[in-house]
Amino acid sequence: MRFIPHTPGDVRQMLAVIGAGDVEELFCEVPAALRLQRPLDLPAARSEAELLAELAQLARRNATAETHRLFLGGGAYSHFIPAVVDHLISRSEFYTAYTPYQPEISQGTLQAIFEFQTLICQLTGMDVANASMYDGASACAEAVLMACRATRRARVLLAASLHPDYRATVATYCRYLDVELVEVPFDETGRTDPAALAARMDEGCAALVLGYPNFFGVIEDLAGAARLSAACGARLVAAVQEPLALGLLKSPGELGADIVVGEGQSFGLPLSFGGPYLGFFAARNQDLRNLPGRLVGETVDHQGRRGFVLTLATREQHIRREKATSNICSNQGLCALAATIYLALFGRRGLRELAEHNFAKAAYARERIAALPGFRLPFSGPVFNEFVVEAPLPAVEVLRRVQAQDILGGIPLARWYPRLPQSFVVCVTEQNRREDIDALCAVLSGGAP
Amino acid sequence: MSQVGTRGLQLNEKLLFEHSDKGRKGYSLPVLDVPAAQCPSDLAREDIPGFPELSELDVVRHFTRLSTWNYGVDTGCYPLGSCTMKYNPKVNETACRLPGFAGVHPHAPEDLAQGALELMYQLQEDLAEISGLPAVTLQPGAGAHGELAGMLMIRAWHEGRGEKRRKVLIPDTAHGTNPATAALCGYQVVPLASDGVLRAATVAAAMDADVAAIMITNPNTLGLFEGEIGEICRIVHEGGGLVYCDGANLNALLGISRPGDVGIDVMHFNLHKTFATPHGGGGPGAGPVGVTAELAPFLPAPVVVRDATQYRLDFDRPRSVGTLKGFYGHFGVLVRAFAYIRSLGPQGLRRATEMAVLNANYVRARLDPVYHLPFANRSLHEVVFSDRNLGGGCRTLDLAKRLIDYGFHPPTIYFPLVVAGAIMIEPTESESLESLDEFCEAMLSIAEEAESQPELLKEAPRRTRLGRLDETTAARRPRLRWEKSG
Repeated sequence: MRFIPHTPGDVRQMLAVIGAGDVEELFCEVPAALRLQRPLDLPAARSEAELLAELAQLARRNATAETHRLFLGGGAYSHFIPAVVDHLISRSEFYTAYTPYQPEISQGTLQAIFEFQTLICQLTGMDVANASMYDGASACAEAVLMACRATRRARVLLAASLHPDYRATVATYCRYLDVELVEVPFDETGRTDPAALAARMDEGCAALVLGYPNFFGVIEDLAGAARLSAACGARLVAAVQEPLALGLLKSPGELGADIVVGEGQSFGLPLSFGGPYLGFFAARNQDLRNLPGRLVGETVDHQGRRGFVLTLATREQHIRREKATSNICSNQGLCALAATIYLALFGRRGLRELAEHNFAKAAYARERIAALPGFRLPFSGPVFNEFVVEAPLPAVEVLRRVQAQDILGGIPLARWYPRLPQSFVVCVTEQNRREDIDALCAVLSGGAP
Repeated sequence: MSQVGTRGLQLNEKLLFEHSDKGRKGYSLPVLDVPAAQCPSDLAREDIPGFPELSELDVVRHFTRLSTWNYGVDTGCYPLGSCTMKYNPKVNETACRLPGFAGVHPHAPEDLAQGALELMYQLQEDLAEISGLPAVTLQPGAGAHGELAGMLMIRAWHEGRGEKRRKVLIPDTAHGTNPATAALCGYQVVPLASDGVLRAATVAAAMDADVAAIMITNPNTLGLFEGEIGEICRIVHEGGGLVYCDGANLNALLGISRPGDVGIDVMHFNLHKTFATPHGGGGPGAGPVGVTAELAPFLPAPVVVRDATQYRLDFDRPRSVGTLKGFYGHFGVLVRAFAYIRSLGPQGLRRATEMAVLNANYVRARLDPVYHLPFANRSLHEVVFSDRNLGGGCRTLDLAKRLIDYGFHPPTIYFPLVVAGAIMIEPTESESLESLDEFCEAMLSIAEEAESQPELLKEAPRRTRLGRLDETTAARRPRLRWEKSG
């Protein structure tokens, strides 16, 4: 009970001030019929040492980059996290603070978020960014809702090559709203089919959502899509599942995207079995008052000194409640801080250099695997750090064989794309050494008939 | 511009971008061990304009200084009503950073993620026992996200029975996000007035065949137990509706009363509040949802299930409302909450609730003679005063800012909306008698100052790095990013 300071003497003294006979009396408004008449059926309290031993035992039953050679991407990426990141976010002034409602004693969080908003704008080429969202998939869903609000239209085109979790999340958010979701197929490049897109794009479209890069790791033709969407007044949403790509690729803003959302996990957040991650959301000035989520703005104090506050809160549920732009109440403050620190460390040249490493490693792996007998690359479009491989056997079988050599070789596509049973996505980052890639190739070729 | 150290050890710090452009680097990369590859020029960007260039120490000093401008639970008493800012045990931070938890990839094969899945399964079971709601999803990323999941399930349940009900009842003491959530599910919101506690008669009068659900917060945002909740559940159920409970205030009920036993159908848990995972300056939280067995088929996919030999993720849920976000939930937050529940055990959880309620009632008893208490009912874990008795023309905001000068984080202010000039105090169980006394003495002397020297309140805070900030200008002329001037 080391988290609870009360001694029996404290309790007696406090009850006397309250004028209650015992603690039980404080619950007098809870009718007896609604009381639990037994202790909760939970395991007994653990000491700190017992707890850590139990958790360590569970943790050891999971595969990580320390136990396996890891080639998994698909919306979560194994990148090196500089020691500085965890040291700084472990300062309890950051992690034990609440949402900065009292700006005079929250300037640390507020300035860091203002810096985060600025970095996201610079990276995406957009005008404004919010203080972060739950993750890339839910940010994508919020982008779709915002596009519908802003255009007052109700049809949304989703690329079939967009991350399946992003598509599923959009569908859930739109489930009971009058929004029609239309899928746009991909072609042999692995990009969204331009002819199919042109055929579906018209004045009724609120938005077109493309992955950049998409779930196959392929870099979509955003500029071409921007021309089509601009012509009919739809919002082009670029959904970035691997933001490190923006260190190397043209920014979505430069290519004509109207809204850029994505996942920030690559910037200093551990894989952590899928969360907590970091959604980012950036847009053009025209959509400022339609943005979901928290925003931090610059202002001055009564003496004219620069400071930062949460702002434009009338969009939120505090005041207009059911007319709010979204029901979001929090952001991913600490995750956004980690990303801000990470981006500050890598900076202008480092992010580029790191992205080039990922690009080169993937290119090497792609070339090596394509040369293996029986293996081919089904998509011809350009890729960043992950790519689709087609095996001579069902992908699940090949990957199980690879796994026996302590290699997690990729993500089978069949669960989401039943027509691609032999295909899987391989991801290569700066964490994979050449010998890891060579080992993967050796096992893959050994696994082929 | 920079005046380092001009106020003792209160250090100034520029924005990252104002340090920048010096050609410094704060990173190191291994030598590239494969041939360099050229990105096609039509795809590659030229530069990332404006991005900083800093050394490692530049970055460390920058963020260390920013941290000193923040107030956290480790700094001092943080009596934010409804936010449950209790102490965040350090062991939880160690737990979620264990390499086998921090390093496991969400696409890892299930047989290589058994530890993570077992922890999630156990947490689902723990939350089911604590709430009396047998089926739990861990996927939602925050309380409001859990509300969305819950209300989607309610709508799916009605539609599964061929019913298209359009209205949701929401009392004035419910949480702020509830109406927006109902609207996101395509519902029309019907507000209900309460007298501090929602009356069953009010619900009976509003109940009709078009009402899909009621969204209740219990204890409500005044810190009061909804004593007629049993009767309210009965009325709503008889009318064919369901009862959603916002679980934000569950800290008041652990081991005392289980929402599922009371008649609640759906409830979300704010793990960051009730189970002491850090708020992180606004997130990440986690918002699991518990439901009755009848609603279990509608849970978001996937759910962690246990087979004969192992734990696995069940995606094959044809009646599921779908997927709410990427992957399976805020696993790192789930680990912390699990560690907290295991640290306390059943007796500890109940004890935490009892001491939270004792603390709130103690603060109430000490401040009641001076501050106006709009509702006389017995408080649970939080207590709401108003600024009605505050002298010198001072308002709630002035009181809050003056508390900062006394070294306390202010309580929640102007919420709930049913109390004009609300001051909502939730001390939580981790505060000691000494720290409550210090807080109460500060509150009492501020009430005196309001009478005798109101300018002390109106000009507060004076002892912070910055004084009162101009929020009106910030909203009128939004500057949401740094841009190079000139």
